[in-house]
Amino acid sequence: MADSFTATVLTPDSFAIWIEAQAREGARFASLLALRSGHETPLFGILSSAGRYNIAKCELGHGETPYPSLGSVTPVADWYERRIFDLFGLSSTGNSKDPLILQRDVKRSARSKYTGKPTNQRRNGSNPSVTGEGIFKIPLGPVRSGVFESIEYVVETPGEEILNVEPRPFYKHRGVVLGFAERSVEDGALLAERAEGVSGVAHAIAYCQAIEALSEPEVPVQAQLVRVIHAELERVANHLESTMRHCEAAAQAVALSRLGLHKEQVMRLRADLCGHRFSRGVVSPGGVRVPLLLDTAVTSDRISNLEREIDRDLTLLLKTPSFVDRLRGTGVVTYDQARLFGALGPVGRGSGLTDDVRASHSYGAYRRLGFLPVRQISDGDALARQLVRVDEIEGSFHLLKQALDELSQMAPPAKGWLTEQKVVTDGESLGWAEAAQGEVLYLVAVEDGKLRSVDLRSASFHNMALFSTAFPKDIATDFAFIEASFGLSVAGVSS
Amino acid sequence: MTWIFKGLSNGVVTSKYPKKADGYGHKWQGSLMVSRGATANQDRIEQDCPTHAIGFESGQARIDIGMCIFCGRCVEKYGDTFSFTPEFETARLTRELLVVPELSEDETDLASVKAALAIRMKAFGNSVVLRHVDCGSDGSEEWEIAALTNPIYDVQRLGITFTASPRHADILIVTGAGSLGMVDSLKETYLQMPNPKAVIAVGTDAISGGVYSSSPQTVKNGINEVLPVDIYVPGSPPSPFGILYGILLALRVVSDRNEPR
Repeated sequence: MADSFTATVLTPDSFAIWIEAQAREGARFASLLALRSGHETPLFGILSSAGRYNIAKCELGHGETPYPSLGSVTPVADWYERRIFDLFGLSSTGNSKDPLILQRDVKRSARSKYTGKPTNQRRNGSNPSVTGEGIFKIPLGPVRSGVFESIEYVVETPGEEILNVEPRPFYKHRGVVLGFAERSVEDGALLAERAEGVSGVAHAIAYCQAIEALSEPEVPVQAQLVRVIHAELERVANHLESTMRHCEAAAQAVALSRLGLHKEQVMRLRADLCGHRFSRGVVSPGGVRVPLLLDTAVTSDRISNLEREIDRDLTLLLKTPSFVDRLRGTGVVTYDQARLFGALGPVGRGSGLTDDVRASHSYGAYRRLGFLPVRQISDGDALARQLVRVDEIEGSFHLLKQALDELSQMAPPAKGWLTEQKVVTDGESLGWAEAAQGEVLYLVAVEDGKLRSVDLRSASFHNMALFSTAFPKDIATDFAFIEASFGLSVAGVSS
Repeated sequence: MTWIFKGLSNGVVTSKYPKKADGYGHKWQGSLMVSRGATANQDRIEQDCPTHAIGFESGQARIDIGMCIFCGRCVEKYGDTFSFTPEFETARLTRELLVVPELSEDETDLASVKAALAIRMKAFGNSVVLRHVDCGSDGSEEWEIAALTNPIYDVQRLGITFTASPRHADILIVTGAGSLGMVDSLKETYLQMPNPKAVIAVGTDAISGGVYSSSPQTVKNGINEVLPVDIYVPGSPPSPFGILYGILLALRVVSDRNEPR
């Protein structure tokens, strides 16, 4: 056994106390994950503080007795506990056991559940289900009006004002996490790319870095730079998509078309660089399977063109009052809420948090590259999140140019773009990456050269847990903006 | 005001496809070619494919494009047997037609499939209204379907539009491996559509389950187990041109101009 991290092994009771103490000292509650190990399923509490992840492992024996709930640490723990119950059957003392990502009794149709009774009493800060005269529930979804991923939002409202929103992502759960078991480490990268398709590169990087931490050969620098190029193009595409959905909701038809054109050009550039519009099949344990298929000078030219065009349109968009006014003050997540929930990605950074694991837990080629100074934005509304995305697009182009520049001065790696990862030692390992939605975590257990168990947490899952807090005084027509400004992928939530 | 000029600044960017071929479509690695003749290492090749899309029949390798996720491992390891082909017109009317090299097909069978679809498609003329339902996709298929309305593909020019209501829809586009939680909603959406109607399965996940075909949380062999699928569009995910070809395939069944397969 050679784990890539040192976990503090604790009993269930001291596990909760340890996490609470860590959180009190200012660590961010990042995740509660689980790995199967024979008949047992130990839990892993992961907290982020000062550039490192502190991990505690909790052995539960056979898991008949509930483990102490972490609800007092952060309200977001409720989602993690429900998820652990759905996937691994372990219950906590505070577990509401409402299905979250797996509806065990699929025969019970969704609609029959609207009994008028509060369905889900949430605790600790998250607003509880509302009852009262004239208040009714509107099910939004799971079949959405448009080409969207399936999710159901149960909206509680007296007619106009949204009092509470309960996301139900379980409809599209397809068994991603448990599907990793017994696969080869190479297959794992293919599954990781498909866990959250629109952020597949970030997922593959997080997964591969977890595997690479268990094996000896270094990933060539050139391959790490290629990874950065694909990851940053993916980020640009995601941020454009989120902006397009803002434009659609605000009826900005020309802006929608313009950004649609730019996004298509980004997707085409990705395909020209590797043969796949979502850069799949590139990132693999040990490096990249495909080097850049375009000349670096040609790529730089196309990226400069894209940057100029996108920048012009976004600048104009942010000067268009009918767009900006619609976003300002919509869906405010305050700094305190964001901190309490440990909001990730643009959602957290729009509310004054600064964590970006590319910088704070730097990995791969990001260590060699310089970041643009980050503008402090803390309004917490949809406009703030939009501004963060505009800044990040600029930042991505800055990174892309540096990465291409470095790559053009290097010869191709002497031992090939992919180092054979034969010496995968058995053990447990953690990998992370910053997707467009925020921090992605992969916890991997390797045994006999194969995957024993993998658990993952996408930023979409974590941020969806605080989605319902983003409606302090918003009305039904704000919904589309708030959903778009979170920019989450349901596939990532329900994996 | 500025937006008006913005909108005109790039001229016409829209593709001429299907009237004229579009160069971009053919840059896409959309299908695979398998060399004829016996191959060594049969067991290893079968094992190496992550979705078990490769099979052998008296020494001849066959690959089921409906199960392939285009990871390229077979091309990388056994390049003399498998190679990518730049093709996007890969949608087919039956599941069997997705196998390459093609099986000895029953022409009368295909003709009857076409005739049955043609009867339904006749009602729509040259214009169809689409409704999309995600049944457990990874999110990427949605991007590619939504891309059809961007200025480059602009499917409205071909009489193809999207609707929010199943009651107004002619064709149901289904993505995803068929997660159990969505099956009831999918059936309900299909039932709410007026007759005649057709179903297009978009993506390898929807056709065969892809990497989730053995997951206990999805139906076993794709959307076909839930709904009668008329058109299969392979790809993980298929490109927008590939999806557009799938829709056109349905429309062309009636006026057989370039003899779709």
